[in-house]
Amino acid sequence: MARDVAIVGTAQRPSQVGTVLTSVELILPVIDEVIAKVGVDRREIGFWCHGSCDYMSGQPFSFVAAVDAIGAWPPIVESHVEADGALALYEAWVKIQTGECDTAVVFSNGKTTSGPIDQILTLQADPYFVAPLWPGFDTLAALQARMCLEAGVVSERAMAEVAVRSRRDARSNAVAWPPASMGDHSVDELLATPYVRDPLRAHDLPVAVDGANAVVLAAGDVARRLSPRPAWIRGFDHRIDTQRLGARSLVESNSARVAGRVAGVNADKIDVAELHAPYTHQELLLVQALGLDPQRTRINPSGGALVANPAMAAGLARFAEAADAVTSGRADRAVAHCTSGPCLQQNLVCVLEGE
Amino acid sequence: MAERCAVVGVGQTNHTSCRADVSIAGLVREAVDRALADAGITLAEVDAIVIGKAPDPLEGVVMPELWLADALAAHGKPVFRVHTAGSVGGSTAIVAAQHVMAGIHGTVLTVGFEKQSDGNAMWALSVPIPFGMPVHAGAGGYFSPIVRGYINRSGAPRHIGAMVAVKDRTNAVKNPYAHLHEPDWTLEKALESPMLWDPIRFVETCPSSDGAMALVLMSEERADRRPGPKAWVHATSMRSEPTAFAGREQVSPRAGELCAEDLWRKGGITRPADEIDVVEMYVPFSWFEPMWLENLGFAPRNEGWRMVEDGVTEMTGSLPINPSGGVLSTNPIGASGMIRFGEACMQVMGKAGEHQIDGARKAVGHAYGGGSQFFAMWLVGADKPN
Repeated sequence: MARDVAIVGTAQRPSQVGTVLTSVELILPVIDEVIAKVGVDRREIGFWCHGSCDYMSGQPFSFVAAVDAIGAWPPIVESHVEADGALALYEAWVKIQTGECDTAVVFSNGKTTSGPIDQILTLQADPYFVAPLWPGFDTLAALQARMCLEAGVVSERAMAEVAVRSRRDARSNAVAWPPASMGDHSVDELLATPYVRDPLRAHDLPVAVDGANAVVLAAGDVARRLSPRPAWIRGFDHRIDTQRLGARSLVESNSARVAGRVAGVNADKIDVAELHAPYTHQELLLVQALGLDPQRTRINPSGGALVANPAMAAGLARFAEAADAVTSGRADRAVAHCTSGPCLQQNLVCVLEGE
Repeated sequence: MAERCAVVGVGQTNHTSCRADVSIAGLVREAVDRALADAGITLAEVDAIVIGKAPDPLEGVVMPELWLADALAAHGKPVFRVHTAGSVGGSTAIVAAQHVMAGIHGTVLTVGFEKQSDGNAMWALSVPIPFGMPVHAGAGGYFSPIVRGYINRSGAPRHIGAMVAVKDRTNAVKNPYAHLHEPDWTLEKALESPMLWDPIRFVETCPSSDGAMALVLMSEERADRRPGPKAWVHATSMRSEPTAFAGREQVSPRAGELCAEDLWRKGGITRPADEIDVVEMYVPFSWFEPMWLENLGFAPRNEGWRMVEDGVTEMTGSLPINPSGGVLSTNPIGASGMIRFGEACMQVMGKAGEHQIDGARKAVGHAYGGGSQFFAMWLVGADKPN
């Protein structure tokens, strides 16, 4: 690609449940924090891009107020995606590739606990033939899990192992929802718990939290000036599958496979993969689709979206975690991933690398 | 650093108040199929799709691009969604162009749509907002004090708004895709139109439409291999500012001025009123035409209304504004900005039919949104940019 672009700073708000803060109040501290960390004057930022979802706010144009959190005066160059902040990061990366700017702040917010997120996301479905049946987003995931179990590509034990590992890892992640509230259970103990969406048990479902996060992107020498070890974007792509559940195989993720290939995921050299997998079986599918080897690559050392899923911010959170792993030296190469839509319909994959 | 980008196909729906004959997907495909036919390619040749629309509550589908991927045969491809309020159609086209200018994709399809009849925009825009103050006034109530501010400041005669309305509604008669086809408007009749939000009369207000606009964009390498006229993207610009703060200039927002200055600078334009042949301007209420003429730098402060009164912005004038009939004749919200951008392309491609401005070589597409705070503009030309 034409320009080397890197993540040079990140900030994440600790997960909360039932916050009464406005979206502006959620966003403002992470923007202030990331700008202070990077040490850049906000008037020098060339582009701002925001990811959020109106339906989660219960308000059309809910993102409009977010420019108040930026401090958009004098006027700024700014855009918004009705999607996870990870897609906003993609737009910012495209913008920097054109040469129009050298820096960008990308941010997202998700007040997941303000409304019934299971029902809200169900409204992503075909409005004429599927959504009126109110299948429930979790139930669609359960249908996928059932097909995966019957096809033998996952097992309930492997799914429970994902949950145990994620909860354990989340203990050292200050922004995850405190795992203590979920208890300290063994795989066998989890498998003894009842189904909540057969074949999904409580530990197979994500913990819905309210959150916000922000990252700073910079190109070339600007990135080197702003960070001692920038997380360079080496490959970046996103793909979509048809949404129709009967028209695609649910026991694999074709869009993740293609995006991973185009982004250049080389499984031999990935130290850390932060995968946006809200359901345990989806992590297993993504590991397969990206060709990752869990013996070689540390999967979701942050605990992942399973233990803290601020919808529309959980994907950008994966970028923040993967970039932190690179910048801190814990990883030389990392994968950041985001998914949208029911049953892993859309997938975005990015390879980050330290110098 | 950026690569050149050309619009090689433009397609729009037949806009109307209720397209009961098609689903949302059918509406989108109507525009897309026409754009692809205009470009002479099929969906299989598209590398990536960029979709824009206004708030999801207008139709009740959350992130509908996910569902629409199926209708757009997008499986295995990138689909990207943009949402920047009323400016979204323009912003979406700009994001699509940037995919080409960045060298990431060679052929990008972009589409903006709104099927307002599937929902109730007034309801969607007036829901009680948790943690905030609702604005139950709707768009007309919101903007009428700003229009009054313009009239008071500029001393514009009260008939200027009606003149713009008659012009746009008359132009729309020449546009087969326009929602409103009302050939009989005169200034006298327009001045008798009922007052909705003083000083905005019924005829000076945009309709509520179903519609979509789609564009096919290509890299220079691919565009050069295709016969037929193209609209080369000479410059794009976006600017945003907050909705409200003490002392904010709302009649001629600073973000709009900066956006236009940036556009002229990037496009090498030093005398906009002389060098630009035609403008498709986002005018949902007629008075915004003189206001934006000033904001964009076509007229000095408080003088924009004189261009209207002198007929400069008529199709026969030296700076025709909205020969398509504009937002005032067609307003599928999420598509309206892209219709402006696409109509500007049609003009420099010589494809505007009866509302073609003869000899148009450089045209501007303009969109704004929110409380006059989000701006998106592009400058397209019949020739390649320098």
